Amino acid sequence: MVYCIDKQSRIAIQIEKGGSLMKKKWFVFIGCIFMFTIILAACSNTEAGSQDSASGTSKPSTETNQENSPESDKLAGSITVVGSSAMQPLVEAAAQQFMQQHPGVTINVQGGGSGTGLSKISEGAVDIGNSDVFAEEKEGIPADKLTDYKVAVVGMAPVVHSEVGVEDVTQDQLIDIFTGKIKNWKELGGADQEIIVVNRAKGSGTRATFETFALNGEEPIEAQEQDSSGTVRKIVSETPGAISYLAFSYIDESIQALKVDGAEPTAENVETNAWKIWAYQHMYTNGEAVDVTKEFIDYMLTEDVQTKLLPKMDYLPVTNMKVDRNANGEVSNQ
Amino acid sequence: MAKAESGMYMDITKPNKKMRLEKLGKGITFLAVGITILLTVMILALVVSKGVAIFLFNKGSVLEFLTGLKWNPGTLSELDKPIIGALPLITGSFIVTLLSALICTPIAIGAAVFMTEISPRFGKKILQPVMELLVGIPSVVYGFIGLTVVVPLLRESFSGSGFGIAAGTIVLSVMILPTITSLSIDAIASVPRSLREASYSLGATRWQTIYRVILKTAKSGLLTAVIFGMARAFGEALAVQMVIGNSPVMPTSLLEPASTLTSILTMGMGYTVLGQAENNALWSLALVLLIMSFLFIMLIRWVGRKEQKV
Repeated sequence: MVYCIDKQSRIAIQIEKGGSLMKKKWFVFIGCIFMFTIILAACSNTEAGSQDSASGTSKPSTETNQENSPESDKLAGSITVVGSSAMQPLVEAAAQQFMQQHPGVTINVQGGGSGTGLSKISEGAVDIGNSDVFAEEKEGIPADKLTDYKVAVVGMAPVVHSEVGVEDVTQDQLIDIFTGKIKNWKELGGADQEIIVVNRAKGSGTRATFETFALNGEEPIEAQEQDSSGTVRKIVSETPGAISYLAFSYIDESIQALKVDGAEPTAENVETNAWKIWAYQHMYTNGEAVDVTKEFIDYMLTEDVQTKLLPKMDYLPVTNMKVDRNANGEVSNQ
Repeated sequence: MAKAESGMYMDITKPNKKMRLEKLGKGITFLAVGITILLTVMILALVVSKGVAIFLFNKGSVLEFLTGLKWNPGTLSELDKPIIGALPLITGSFIVTLLSALICTPIAIGAAVFMTEISPRFGKKILQPVMELLVGIPSVVYGFIGLTVVVPLLRESFSGSGFGIAAGTIVLSVMILPTITSLSIDAIASVPRSLREASYSLGATRWQTIYRVILKTAKSGLLTAVIFGMARAFGEALAVQMVIGNSPVMPTSLLEPASTLTSILTMGMGYTVLGQAENNALWSLALVLLIMSFLFIMLIRWVGRKEQKV
């Protein structure tokens, strides 16, 4: 009791002192509201989650439900897809559609880069590893243990600032530009403007593809390196004399794509290999794909994804390709 | 029990509520300390063990790492060793750090003098909150501003792409300005009033007092402030990476693309496979950064100790 009275009197004193306790009380009150909302949000989340998992685990009921619907299946489970951040939006969109058709399936899509995707899948830590390069091209990856599923194609093109005055180059000229032998656009009949090379980061899939198929494996000079395609586009569009390379999806009016040996960077030319700078988008599995993983990869190759989703995401359908290319870059007709 | 607690006297020979509370509090604080120490030790162990891997397992040579001029850890040289010349990156880091400290220090100390000696009220009311605001801006925002304002400005004023050490220095100077300023304010404010009064009473002008007495007395504190700022500049990654151009070559001009330890580290992270030579090389860069930050801390401590002796 004594203690109690004491406390009250102290409170009274503090209020008299200028309401500092009132302020504190307000803080506590607002804090409580915050906590409450967070807890509520978390609760509703877990409820949703538990319902999800319930529908996933309580197989009998879902199965009977699904048997009634025409597109029914017994597919259930959860898979994790990790890898190429360039492929992430595409795989996420496809996974969304797939999960709508198969409510029992959960697909986790994560980025991390092609290197991460390949190392994780060879460790068997995930179900699918996304990569925009062949596993054979990455050092330290046991490519023979992995199964390669090519799900899409990306075309890439050299791009320049819009005022360099050059539209068409030969491949040899392109190599000379990137290896620093040609230093000014006037050597190619363009404006008197110094050439500024912009590279992507070492290890980037776009850079690897460009070096292999546009520069015939020659290493470009040490020039500035940028982390993302968006930044490259911004720099090339703003910097007079700049040259770099981008996937088709990043090319817009702000920059100019170059023709190489007279061929234009178009989807049709990629399909016939008349335009050589392109790459597959791979999904790798450790051994043969089974169960949900197999179904999902099969789904990636259906009309639904290949002719509807891929063009929307600026990829080229792999099913339209008239040629086939292996890890060594050898091209054969399909 | 109830009687004992509510009354004026307590039986302190028996464990009671307050003693238990005491023990609990002690336990919690010990736990907090334990976690902090454990985390530090674990991070240190990880960075060191990963940082030396390229020298132990990938046949990289320490000498080449510190003096080599070519950075390309993904490929092997003729001697079957990874090409890990990190000197261009180390040089780049030091140049941007020193230059930004050089630009920043006079401004920061000037602002600190203004805020403490010349117009304390305006300083407290307006400048202090502004400085605090500047500290709170995330580095990616500084980098973005650098990319959209500083780089085009340099490109149009001079030739080239605008990316380079100059752009990195400007962005870093703005970033470390509030750090150095606020620490300088503390240093100057801690100069005893008696010194100022003595100086004025001897007939010194305000400028003489500031220059001969206050700045001289606060010297080691100001030095600490500058070193703190440099430590921050050295470790800054994102903003620098966005404006420096990231070309791992020995810097020859302030306007040519160059690179720093941190910019190459952040660039390469997503593209390497854990355990491979390329990845190990990045860990070695992290180790260099760690060692550098230790050196900065030691320097600060050393300056602080000297001050105490004086």
